[in-house]
Amino acid sequence: MNTSSLTLVGFGPDGWGKLLVIAAGLTLIAALCSFAIGGLLGTAGAALKLSSAPLLRWIGTFYTTVLRGIPEILIVYLFYFGGSLALTHLMHLAGFPGFFSLPSFVIGVVAIGLVSGAYQTEAYRSAYLRLDRGQIEAGKACGMSRTVLLWRIIAPQTLRFALPALGNIWQSVLKETALLSIIGLVELLRQSTIASGATRQPLLFYGTAALLYLLMGQLTGFGIRSVEKRLGRCWER
Amino acid sequence: METTQPHIIPASAATTAPVITTRQLTKRYGALEVLRGIDLDAHEGEVISILGASGSGKSTFLRCLNLLEIPTSGSLTVLDENIRFRQQGNELRIADQKQVNRLRSQVGMVFQNFCLWSHKTVLQNVMEAPIHVQGRNRQEVRDEAQKALDRVGMLNRADYYPSQLSGGQQQRVAIARALVMQPRVLLFDEPTSALDPQLVGEVLKVMQDLAAEGRTMLIVTHEMAFARDVSSRIVFLEQGTVRAQGTPQALFQGGMDERFDQFVSHFMRKT
Ligand SMILES: Nc1ncnc2c1ncn2[C@@H]1O[C@H](COP(=O)(O)OP(=O)(O)OP(=O)(O)O)[C@@H](O)[C@H]1O
Ligand SMILES: [Mg+2]
Repeated sequence: MNTSSLTLVGFGPDGWGKLLVIAAGLTLIAALCSFAIGGLLGTAGAALKLSSAPLLRWIGTFYTTVLRGIPEILIVYLFYFGGSLALTHLMHLAGFPGFFSLPSFVIGVVAIGLVSGAYQTEAYRSAYLRLDRGQIEAGKACGMSRTVLLWRIIAPQTLRFALPALGNIWQSVLKETALLSIIGLVELLRQSTIASGATRQPLLFYGTAALLYLLMGQLTGFGIRSVEKRLGRCWER
Repeated sequence: METTQPHIIPASAATTAPVITTRQLTKRYGALEVLRGIDLDAHEGEVISILGASGSGKSTFLRCLNLLEIPTSGSLTVLDENIRFRQQGNELRIADQKQVNRLRSQVGMVFQNFCLWSHKTVLQNVMEAPIHVQGRNRQEVRDEAQKALDRVGMLNRADYYPSQLSGGQQQRVAIARALVMQPRVLLFDEPTSALDPQLVGEVLKVMQDLAAEGRTMLIVTHEMAFARDVSSRIVFLEQGTVRAQGTPQALFQGGMDERFDQFVSHFMRKT
């Protein structure tokens, strides 16, 4: 790397460094939001799939099958065009003419959150199935209400068992946010493309982006693993 | 095989108020009739050992008493409260979950597999229900939890996780977890069956102390010597009915009920 490359990715007046860091921050925020939405949907999905009512189970299975069976990029497109169309239609009904679209950030985060939710459904479901029924009965036997049992016994243990799978899902969510570049969100990949175009140094900027993705993934992964280890102590002998 | 009439003699402690009463309690799983009409009065201060062959319905009966199983028919009174059921098709359902939770908090249960909460330390296991079920003050509960652990000789393991303890130690913690709720009656479902033989004694010792204190206890067990020496009454189940009951002296001297004698001799031969 020569001095001019360093200047280009640096933080000087000619450097793209600041913009790249901001874009990486946006990537991280988008990933966090998607993962959180996925967490809510995954909890709901697991509850559906574990329900004793066949219809609810069917809805849960439908959700996970469909969302895991369609390429993510297609889901983002469907949401982008479908979302704007629906919003425009609603606004027309409400008496506002013209074309409306949702912010790319919202659309993208919801789309990726939905996919992540389908995977998180499986993570929570299989973790729940690993719970020791005896420990749940012990909670009932001392008079715990459903809520207390859920929050004090079932949720912490399910989360603990789901953590390794959730770690993997987090890593893929982080990478999938790159899809938001196609609907115009200036996250890390899109910013690198812009910088490459302006400087005619694609390798430099895509390489930098790759390093930043790796860095974010490794740091967060390290965090998750240490939590896992700390919580895992009580299951070890 | 020819069967004789079951033998029932009245229990000795019948003067105090019953803590648990069942009348014509039945439980069915599909076509399988596990309990076929059980009448039982457990009085305050009684230590009742429930004996019977494998599959005779001992666990099912015990689990009906704190509603971990819902009876198919019959009535159940716990601490002077009639448990309210509602009929749904051929089944009973709990009509008032609050009532059941309230009564469960006054009926302690100790399981064969200890069932301590593995994500909590020993002390946290014992403090959990007093705080989150009874809503008691944390400081006060901590003191009492430590006392309960001391009673069962586990105070020095307060900060261990269950997985770091032997089976006997886990079971003693489970007993402390039940005791800290100040229960009016304690249910034990084969508390020593999952233990290595050399660990059985420490748990039986704790239970013997509790019995000597005058606590009301119902114990499903295969420990014949313990049942004979510690309980005030033996209830012998056979195929979901009370085949014989009475004081340990009356039953264990033999000749009262031939099926019970067969059961005991079979058992002595096996162990
Ligand atoms: N949830 C269930 N579904 C179907 N059958 C059951 C269920 N629980 C128990 N049973 C059956 O009910 C019968 C009595 O079971 P229970 O566990 O009460 O016997 P037990 O006297 O405690 O035997 P053991 O000494 O082996 O523990 C058995 O035949 C058992 O297979
Ligand atoms: Mg049993």
